[in-house]
Amino acid sequence: MSAPGPGGLAVTRTILAKDLRVELRTMESVPAMVLFSTSIYVIFRFGLDRTTLDGSLAAGVLLVTILFAALLAINRLFIAEREQGGFEAIRLAPIDGTALFIAKAAALMVYLAALEIVSVPVFGLFFLDSWSGVPPLIPVLVLLNAGLAVTGALISSMATNSRARDLLAPLILMPLLIPLLIAAASIADPLLAPGGPSYGDYGQWLLIMALYDLVFLLIGYAVFDFLLED
Amino acid sequence: MADGPTSDRAVVTAGLSRAYGDSWVLSGIDLELERGRTLAVIGANGAGKSTLLRILAGLLRPTGGSASVLGSDLPRNAFAIRARVGYLGHQALLYRDLSAEENLRFHARLFGLPDEGRDRIAELLEAVRLDHRAGTRIAEMSAGMVQRLAICRTVLHEPELLLLDEPVAHLDPEGAETVAPLIGAAGGRSRVLVTHDVAAALAGADQILALRRDGAVAYRGPAQELSEDAARAVFADRAGERREAIA
Repeated sequence: MSAPGPGGLAVTRTILAKDLRVELRTMESVPAMVLFSTSIYVIFRFGLDRTTLDGSLAAGVLLVTILFAALLAINRLFIAEREQGGFEAIRLAPIDGTALFIAKAAALMVYLAALEIVSVPVFGLFFLDSWSGVPPLIPVLVLLNAGLAVTGALISSMATNSRARDLLAPLILMPLLIPLLIAAASIADPLLAPGGPSYGDYGQWLLIMALYDLVFLLIGYAVFDFLLED
Repeated sequence: MADGPTSDRAVVTAGLSRAYGDSWVLSGIDLELERGRTLAVIGANGAGKSTLLRILAGLLRPTGGSASVLGSDLPRNAFAIRARVGYLGHQALLYRDLSAEENLRFHARLFGLPDEGRDRIAELLEAVRLDHRAGTRIAEMSAGMVQRLAICRTVLHEPELLLLDEPVAHLDPEGAETVAPLIGAAGGRSRVLVTHDVAAALAGADQILALRRDGAVAYRGPAQELSEDAARAVFADRAGERREAIA
């Protein structure tokens, strides 16, 4: 007989390592996200007919581009589990299914970080006169990524078994993300303002973003095991 | 219904039923399988054989009736039996872009096998003659190789009860012979085997459960009391019909 099941952290690490290995091998998500975000910048550059952006417009272009690029990965997040039996494998093993949620959210965070390592400098090259507002954006992007990751993993797992999953995930996800994007834009706007960054309500908005992330992490933790059931 | 994890019965069901929408695929299945015995489930396509197996694996909730596996009630205590059951369904449950060894190691970690199941994986790959393909991605393997590997995945954690849905599908006779020791009744393990191969079912099983197309029981009893002709009649059955040969 086999040993009792492994701990949640070990299982999360196992699933995350599997996902990252598959992504490194197939390059199905991150390169597409990077290419997509660059294309969006090009479209904005010519569509707005502007060589520099600042303030709320700069914040909007950056955050909406990251959001749309994130949707590409969110839509693909559970494809392998659905098509290759990962959901069943998890339900047959003596483990808590929540580990799958945490691992998928972590994988999405890694993808988003990889996207932003390329995408934010490209945004700067395309649109920014001064880069002084970029370093204080890093905590904002980390919390934005965490929010996108937990809500994305939760909604993607619900939508993945539906025939209309490509439509369903964005339709459910977008309204849920409005508070997070309002908070992120409220910080990014003064940070990218002409004349250099200002930090009026910086801490307060970061706190709101962290709270949003925590709430959806807890919701995911509470309901994910039920979502796995037939 | 459960009589504890040390029960001498591997599987017990009473009035087990399952519907998909308005359509009943299993209806009133009463079943008892002693530990160390093999039950073969036969029946035409759509008779509910795979559904029965999925319920016993804890993957599907029954619509009615009750089921107990290795002394644990399903679906309430499904978690308790996961480490003790090996399930082989229609899907191999292997990731296309991982190698044979990486897939088995992934499953070994999910089951918490010591040393990530290193020795066990090597032993199994050798047993199914895939040791030389350990580093090959699943996407590059033939259907027969994938099936052999899926069998390795099923028995990796040395389960007490095997739930096998057409285990030798995609395998040539030599392949079937290769995997036979892994999924056989050796070591006192219990087995529920879904098959279309009537001769193999009658030869290798202690009990037969024959399901009609409407999901009801056509025959339940010792394998030696069912003739091959009668067993074959189950496959030709239509919903609502009764076969005198079986009754």
